[in-house]
Amino acid sequence: MLIAAIVALGVGTYAIRLGGVLLGDRLELSDGVRRVLPIAAASLLAAAIGTAALLEGVHFAGIARVSGVAVGAILAWRRAPFVVVVLAAAGTAALLRLAGVG
Amino acid sequence: MRTLHRTPPAGRALARDAAAIAAAMVAVGASFGAITIAYGLPTWTPFLLSTVVFAGGAQFLAVGLIAAGNPVAAVVAGLLLNTRHLPFGLAVAETIGPRWRDRIVGSHLMTDETVAFTLAEPDPVRRRRTYWLIGVTLFASWNLGSALGVVLGAAGDPSALGLDAAFPAGLIALIMPSLGDRRTRVAALSGAAVAIALTPVLPAGLPVLCALLGLLTLFRPRRRPGEPAARPAEELPC
Repeated sequence: MLIAAIVALGVGTYAIRLGGVLLGDRLELSDGVRRVLPIAAASLLAAAIGTAALLEGVHFAGIARVSGVAVGAILAWRRAPFVVVVLAAAGTAALLRLAGVG
Repeated sequence: MRTLHRTPPAGRALARDAAAIAAAMVAVGASFGAITIAYGLPTWTPFLLSTVVFAGGAQFLAVGLIAAGNPVAAVVAGLLLNTRHLPFGLAVAETIGPRWRDRIVGSHLMTDETVAFTLAEPDPVRRRRTYWLIGVTLFASWNLGSALGVVLGAAGDPSALGLDAAFPAGLIALIMPSLGDRRTRVAALSGAAVAIALTPVLPAGLPVLCALLGLLTLFRPRRRPGEPAARPAEELPC
């Protein structure tokens, strides 16, 4: 049962991934749709970011994580390099937790 | 992506970014491996999940539900969470290209991070290289991490390292250039707000998909037709 569940999840996930790639290639996408696709991807990523930054399950993720992401977001907006953004976000959250802030 | 424009040579900047995200993936992968074993699941479980599924969020969700004795829910919830890969696939199809070998292998390497890195690169040739470099790096580091977690057992708490903040922040850095375009920014921020608002009421996976409702903002009548749609320089947030 365990192996069947994992294989089903794997096969289904792969089908979704490959399905998108094949659809993107097969459909004669109009220029309008082609222009919307990166915006759709950015919206999905923004939603994944927003929920991951603010929520753990359905509850508030806590001050430490939110502050870390906020510091990273400000640095990203100020065009800091990717590595700096990631390290500053992690460092902020880790230090706040070390200081006992949830 | 942004850092590529500013930091020559481009390849080295990409390699450095890839190394940073790989290090974080190893650490989170290790916690995934350790948690799976701590749930009392067989040793091979994290290996199989990380190679066959290769989607962090769905894997954490799945082992939790499997450990709770509900493998069917694990499959359904995991697939729901991964449905966003369909529009991702549409968006990167051109980058992966028409060769079947590339499509078959490349599709499996698709993750939030791979897509974000890829779409952040404006040059088509470099975009292709970015997809493969980030995809292969993440697959390798995620599986290495999972294995380390199994071997080491208690792999430490990734939240103590602040890694739960690192991944959203990294993705923000990657989508920031595209947010310079006003239409993208409005659609993405509206979508994110919808997803956050719906998270308490919808099952995992659906809220993020509902972010596509943000695209409705693209169909607003333009105030001044004939004017260029985006003027990023004067419309940065804050």
